[in-house]
Amino acid sequence: MNESIGSTTDIVTHLQERFPDAVQPAPAPYQGILVAQDRLVEVATYLRDELDFAYLSSVTVVDYPQPLNGMPACYDVVYHFFQGRGGPLTLHVQADRENPVVPSLVPLFPSALFQEREAWDLMGVRFDGHPDLRRILLWEGFDGHPLRKDWKEVYYEEEHKPFGSRFPDGRPVPAESRSPFGDNLRYPPGWSPRDWRPLVDVWGYAPHDELARQEDPNHPADRVVLNMGPHHPSTHGVLRLLVTLEGERIVKLEPMMGFLHRCHEKIGERNVWLGNIPYTDRLDYVCAMSNELPYVLAVEKLLGVEPPPRAQYIRVIMAEFTRFLNHAVSIGFTGNDLGIYFTAMLYALEEREHILDLFEMVSGSRLMCNYMRFGGVAHDMSEEAIALARALAFERLPRYLDQLESYFTDNELFKARAVGVGVLPPEMAVAYGCTGPLLRASGVPYDVRRAEPYFAYDDFNFDIVVGQNGDVYDRYLVRVGEMRQSLRILQQALNRLPDGPIMAGRKSATLKVPAGESYGRIEAPKGELGFYIVSDGGPNPYRYHIRAPSFVNLGVMGEICWGHLIADVVIILASIDITLGEVDR
Amino acid sequence: MYIGWNILKSLWITFRRFVESYIDDLRWLFKKGFGKRYTPETLPVRQHPLTKRGIFTVQYPAERLPLPERFRGFPFLVYDDETGKLLCTACGTCARVCPPQCIWIVRATDPQTGKPLREPAEFYVDISICMNCGFCAEFCPFDAIKMGHEIEVMAFDRADLLLDLEKLRRPASYDAQIHPTDYAQKQARKGE
Amino acid sequence: MSPRKRQLPEIPPELVGTVHITPIDAIYNWARKRSLWPIFFGLACCAFEMIGTFAARFDPSRFGMEIMRASPRQADLMIINGTVTKKMLPQVVRLYNQMPEPKYVLVMGACAISGGPFQEGYNVVSGIDKYLPVDVYVPGCPPRPEGLIHGILTIHAKMERESLRNLRWYKKGEVPEPIPVPELGPDLVDWRLTEKIEAMQEEVVPSQVE
Ligand code: SF4
Repeated sequence: MNESIGSTTDIVTHLQERFPDAVQPAPAPYQGILVAQDRLVEVATYLRDELDFAYLSSVTVVDYPQPLNGMPACYDVVYHFFQGRGGPLTLHVQADRENPVVPSLVPLFPSALFQEREAWDLMGVRFDGHPDLRRILLWEGFDGHPLRKDWKEVYYEEEHKPFGSRFPDGRPVPAESRSPFGDNLRYPPGWSPRDWRPLVDVWGYAPHDELARQEDPNHPADRVVLNMGPHHPSTHGVLRLLVTLEGERIVKLEPMMGFLHRCHEKIGERNVWLGNIPYTDRLDYVCAMSNELPYVLAVEKLLGVEPPPRAQYIRVIMAEFTRFLNHAVSIGFTGNDLGIYFTAMLYALEEREHILDLFEMVSGSRLMCNYMRFGGVAHDMSEEAIALARALAFERLPRYLDQLESYFTDNELFKARAVGVGVLPPEMAVAYGCTGPLLRASGVPYDVRRAEPYFAYDDFNFDIVVGQNGDVYDRYLVRVGEMRQSLRILQQALNRLPDGPIMAGRKSATLKVPAGESYGRIEAPKGELGFYIVSDGGPNPYRYHIRAPSFVNLGVMGEICWGHLIADVVIILASIDITLGEVDR
Repeated sequence: MYIGWNILKSLWITFRRFVESYIDDLRWLFKKGFGKRYTPETLPVRQHPLTKRGIFTVQYPAERLPLPERFRGFPFLVYDDETGKLLCTACGTCARVCPPQCIWIVRATDPQTGKPLREPAEFYVDISICMNCGFCAEFCPFDAIKMGHEIEVMAFDRADLLLDLEKLRRPASYDAQIHPTDYAQKQARKGE
Repeated sequence: MSPRKRQLPEIPPELVGTVHITPIDAIYNWARKRSLWPIFFGLACCAFEMIGTFAARFDPSRFGMEIMRASPRQADLMIINGTVTKKMLPQVVRLYNQMPEPKYVLVMGACAISGGPFQEGYNVVSGIDKYLPVDVYVPGCPPRPEGLIHGILTIHAKMERESLRNLRWYKKGEVPEPIPVPELGPDLVDWRLTEKIEAMQEEVVPSQVE
């Protein structure tokens, strides 16, 4: 860790020498650099081309209505860049409060495509030069930008939890009583539904209709606009895909989301630090355990605590079981979407039940584990739980994996549908900020567990599985390989599980976190899951942003589906492996 | 290899799994007689990851999976079996730590002096909001609120899901029954 | 664990003692009850637990409902499993309108009942019962599969108590009104509130002018 921090400082001084009038170090509790707005593109180009910062991992905005922590009143646009190894380089760009505009980085880093749209949608910061700056999670025509600090919800009660009305004199008041309509609704003054018609293109058909009208004279096939979802059995939830077809070939495909936008970040800024842990479970509900890890990691960085070895091992064990679970279910879904119906899925779900039994035994809940705490884990693993974990990791799951391989890997039907479909070239994968099995299947050996080791991952022997062709089949192979590596890690961890305490310090419900910013990231089963938090030194996060792997990975969906048949869309989507809770947050 | 060989192999695996699930039943039938296979006594064997063969299904509602001790259902308030007094001292920790803020407490006051007493006058948990996170039980300094093991909760009306003090009360013996190790530890600590 | 008697689920209060069941009713209800097909419909985390329920371990085919239909036209039961957001609500209402009678709605999980942990969110519908008629609420976040099956069994119990004579979908002239599909405007536009909104706006606007 120290080494990477040292090198980041070097880079900061280097950049300052290179761009003396555009770059300066960020004010005290912040890390990284402050870049002048008009020179951002220049600095970013230099970072990418000369300094090897090829990953733009996360783009987000922090709203400062008043000066705080040495930041003036502004909209602070925060970028996180990564090299192949080591910690982040954080770029801050301050945008004006009256008219927040910053240059868009999409031409340089397509990975900003969705993230800048999200920032515009929720924060109202314009990105100059963005090719398609529409709302993404909410809909065109929504009133206001809800993540701004001065935007209040209908059921707004108090700035921060805990609410004073709960104790000592708390009689239940339904939230509905806070709205004149008895519902979570509010309309701008003077607005009436009688003369209102949906004016703007709420459902986003306009660009597709446009495209469908201009038919290609070389291809006599008609162009059709097709809407898939949000209620579709193969979109894994409430994703909507809008497709323009030429015959059966895809001309343009656009994922549309927000059907599960649960206002996670706004609620997270109101919660106390501890209270956010159970909320993170609800992000990627297939692998709840590993969602908690980057959040506690980010907070632990600010607090400066290090969990004891046993807790770190238990965290690794849980994370790897989750990875196994996620990949098994994801392959099962792939089979489901291919028309194998439920068989592969049922086999995967059976293993899932066993793993969930383990989770329930250690944490108390099957799905929403709420198991990690700052500085450790909530409960120790009992002898019984360790025995079950050993039975799974040494016998049951390897057997399942062998069987899976024997009926899936060489199956001609699967190969006929998967080989050469949805090819993602490595350069494109990096440019679009893809992470996880999707990136590694394209042949890029990038894994956060190695690039920036966290917890006890340094102690274990494991390989990074990479593919060659970057097609659906390779993604499947990478997942299977990763499941094998997970078992390897599990076996080592269970054999060497150290004794000792499971918590550093005492559990505290009302914890204050020192002012500053921190970015915690782990290699979640779906890719790099990052939490960016800003603290003002109080009991609640000032800003709480989630860089969700599914969300960023979806950005490349339109590119890799281009030219394929409509029937391939579902399997490409299944191979990207998304969870809508995480895409929409 | 011939084209289609692996398809046959895959089909063979599914077929074998299908047959296996019945073979075990038959074997059981010859050994133990009819009707003994799906009983709660054999449940642990049928559900164990290593000994499991045959059908995996739990015949709910006739039989139930055992819940682990740590299972988090909905919160309940513990009262002393003998005195009938709640252990809750109305300190408000649970109401403060609850992430979705679904706990409401009214602290009792002495009717004569108007001073706050160490007991709740009213206590509400809205289980239509509760996210079963278990923070209330984890952070309660008096072990007065616990996560129950009731899983078959349902209602026909949303208003029924707001639990008040009456509906939340459970005796300490119930707590001891569903949380045996936890309870034993607590007793041991008391004895010291 | 001792063997337990099979517990019968509760009977909805509005049906207790009101109906006399004839043999024809009994056959009719038995047939309906044993082929209750849910719509394959996933909203959020609870949906994943529902998929878990519909897999090998809890196997609802024991109750004749292993077929989940993706098309609302072929489904009798809608399990609202997860957070209903404002953006998703028009679709949910439309799906409900498309289901043929007799139809039942089971609400699974805190989010669908009241918005649950996300109740205060700006994009979350605080309770699907504001838009759809609900038969059974199953709280929990997520409910355990047993809880969901118990809810389904309760719907079975409810069906058993229904009689051909007073079912609304056999009454003459009583065509159930489809629920008006909300639209996405500055906020969710609930057409049933038109009058109320206008009345409110008249109150609000002058005071703002001052
Ligand atoms: S009730 Fe809980 S588990 Fe169900 S959808 Fe809501 S947050 Fe997810």
